[in-house]
Amino acid sequence: MLSTVITAFSIALASGLLMSVWVVKDQARASFTGVDSGFDGVFGARGSKLQLVLNSIFHLEASPGNLSWVQYERIAADRRVATAVPIAVGDNYLGYRLVGVTTNLFDVEYREGKKYAVRDGGYLFNPKKKQAVVGSFAAERLKWKVGDTFRPYHGLIFDENSDRHDEYVVCGIMEPSNTPADRVIWIPIAGLQNMAGHDPATASDVSAVLVKLRSKISGMMMNQEFNLQGDVMTFAWPIADTMSKLFNKIAPVEMVLRAVALLVALVAAGSILASIYNSMNERRREIAIMRALGARRSTIFAIVVLEASGIAALGALAGFGVYFVIMSAAAWFIRQETGIVLNPLEFQPVMVWAPLAMLGLGALAGLVPAAKAYRTDVAENLTPIS
Amino acid sequence: MILALLLLNIENLRKSFGTPGGSVLTVVDIPAFSLDSGQQTALCGTSGSGKTTFLNLIAGILKPDGGRVELDGCPISEAGEAGRDRLRARTIGYIFQTFNLLQGYTCIENVLLGMSFGPGADRRWASELLERVGLGQRLDHFPRQLSTGQQQRVAVARALANRPKLVLADEPTGNLDPASAAESLGLIRETCQENGAALLLVSHDRGVLGQFDNVRDLADINRAAAWPGAGEAKS
Repeated sequence: MLSTVITAFSIALASGLLMSVWVVKDQARASFTGVDSGFDGVFGARGSKLQLVLNSIFHLEASPGNLSWVQYERIAADRRVATAVPIAVGDNYLGYRLVGVTTNLFDVEYREGKKYAVRDGGYLFNPKKKQAVVGSFAAERLKWKVGDTFRPYHGLIFDENSDRHDEYVVCGIMEPSNTPADRVIWIPIAGLQNMAGHDPATASDVSAVLVKLRSKISGMMMNQEFNLQGDVMTFAWPIADTMSKLFNKIAPVEMVLRAVALLVALVAAGSILASIYNSMNERRREIAIMRALGARRSTIFAIVVLEASGIAALGALAGFGVYFVIMSAAAWFIRQETGIVLNPLEFQPVMVWAPLAMLGLGALAGLVPAAKAYRTDVAENLTPIS
Repeated sequence: MILALLLLNIENLRKSFGTPGGSVLTVVDIPAFSLDSGQQTALCGTSGSGKTTFLNLIAGILKPDGGRVELDGCPISEAGEAGRDRLRARTIGYIFQTFNLLQGYTCIENVLLGMSFGPGADRRWASELLERVGLGQRLDHFPRQLSTGQQQRVAVARALANRPKLVLADEPTGNLDPASAAESLGLIRETCQENGAALLLVSHDRGVLGQFDNVRDLADINRAAAWPGAGEAKS
C-alpha cells in the first residue's frame, strides 16, 4: 500500500512537472511576445534592441542610454509615426519603477479596445505637478490609495541609502491591465527629468520613445533608415520579434528543462515497474489461486497491466494538484518580477497529453511484471505435490 | 428407475515429474476412474499417494502426460490451456486444504471473484450462498477476521458459486478440529446435494471417510501408488 502511494506520488510529480514546464514555457513565450503595450516599436539610444524592449515595455533591465528631447520631437513629427510616447526612467520606490511619461500614453490601446484607465476616485496626473498614477499591482503591494504621498529613491534598484527626491502625491490607481504597466509608478515626464540629483545637462533627455506607426511599410522603412543606415538611434521593431529572439536564445535551456521533466517521467514509470515487479514474488500464490478459480493467463496479464495503469492514473490525477501548486508559485513569481500574468487554469494541450502519456508509460511499465505473472505456474504455487 | 449420467470419465491417466536428481517420478497412473452426476465419492490415500496431483489433473491445473480425462462430455486432457481454464471456471468448484482465500478481499469479494472468471458476478447469489453457510452477517469481513472453520465455509461458498457440476475437495477438514470437521463435512455434502453437484473428496481421515457410502482407495486405482516402492524415483 505504502509503495503504491509513493509510486503514485512520483507519477504525480512527474506529470505535474511535465505540465508545468510546458505551460510556463508556452504561456511565458505567448505573454512576452504578445505584450507590446499597444506600440509597434521603440526608439532608443544606439545599442541592444532586446535591452531597449525589456527596459521600455517590460520595465526590466537598465536603459541602454538616452535620446535628446529634440530627437524625440523629430520622431514624433515623422509622418510615418501615428503616436509617439516618450518615457524616462531612473528612479524607484521600494523597487517599483517610476516612469516619467506624457499623458498621451493613456490614449493608446494597450490591447484591442482596452486603454489604461484610472480607477474611480482617482484622476490622471497633472503634467506640471508632483503627482503619480500607480499601477494596480504596485498599489496593492505598497498598500497605497489616492492621496497617499511618497518620496522616490534615486536609481532603478532600491537602495535605502540612496538620495530621496521631492514628495509625490498618489492621484490615481490604475485598473489592472495584466501587463508590465501594473508594476509601474507613472509620473509626469518633466517631473522625472527634473528630479533633484539628476544631471541638469540631460534634464530634457528621454530614455526611449514608444511609437505607434501608421503602417507596416513605415516600420520596414524606418528599420532600414535607423538600424541599417543610421548610427544614432536603435529602432526595435517589431517588438514581438525582439522578444521571440530572446526565447530562441534560451531555447536550449527550455530543452534541458523538458528533458529533465521527461526523465522524471521515465524514472516514475521505472518505479511502477520495480514496485509491481517486486510484489509479484509475494503475489505468486494469489495469482495461482485466481488461475485455479478459472482466470486465464491473459486475464492475469490484463489485471497486472490495469493495476499499473491504475497507479499511473491515480498519479496523473494527483499531478494536476502538483501542477497547480508549481504553476501558482511560478505565476506569482513571474508576475512579481515582470508584471506578466500567467493563468494556471488556462487550457493547454499538455494537460491532456501529459496525463495520457503517464497512463501509457504506466501501462508499458506494467508489461514486464505482467509477463512474470503470466508465466506463474499454478500447481507449483498453489499446493505442494503429494 | 433413474439413469445416472456419467460426469467424469478417466482412462489411462498418467503424470510424472522430474526429480532434482534427474530421474522421473510417476505419481499418477490410473487405468480407469469414473463419477456420475451428483455422486459423492471419497478417495482415501496415504500421504504422497498422488491425491492432490489427481485432483489437479481432473481440474486441468496440470496437463497429463498421457491418458484421457473427460468431464461433462468435454475432453479436458486434450483441451488447450484456455479451454481448461474455462472448464475450471464454469464446471468445477475446488475446495483447497488451505482454503486459498485471497486475504485482501472480503468474504463476498472472494466469492464474487470466483464468479467473475466464470458466468459473471452475481452479488445476490453470492450473498445467498454465504448466508447458506452461516456467514450472512460476515459478508464484509476479511479472511483474517474469521475463524478457520468460517474461512472454510467461505471456500465452500466460493466453490459452489458458479453452480459447478463437480466439486473437488482436497483434505477440506485437514485443518479443523473434529467437531468443526464433522460440521463442515456435513455442510459440504449438503450444499453439493442442494446444488446438484457431484463431489469428489480426498482425505486420509477415517472419520471423514466413514461419512461416505462410496469410498475408493487410491491405492486400488492408482498403479503408481499401489506399486511397491511407490513414490520412489525410477530412472
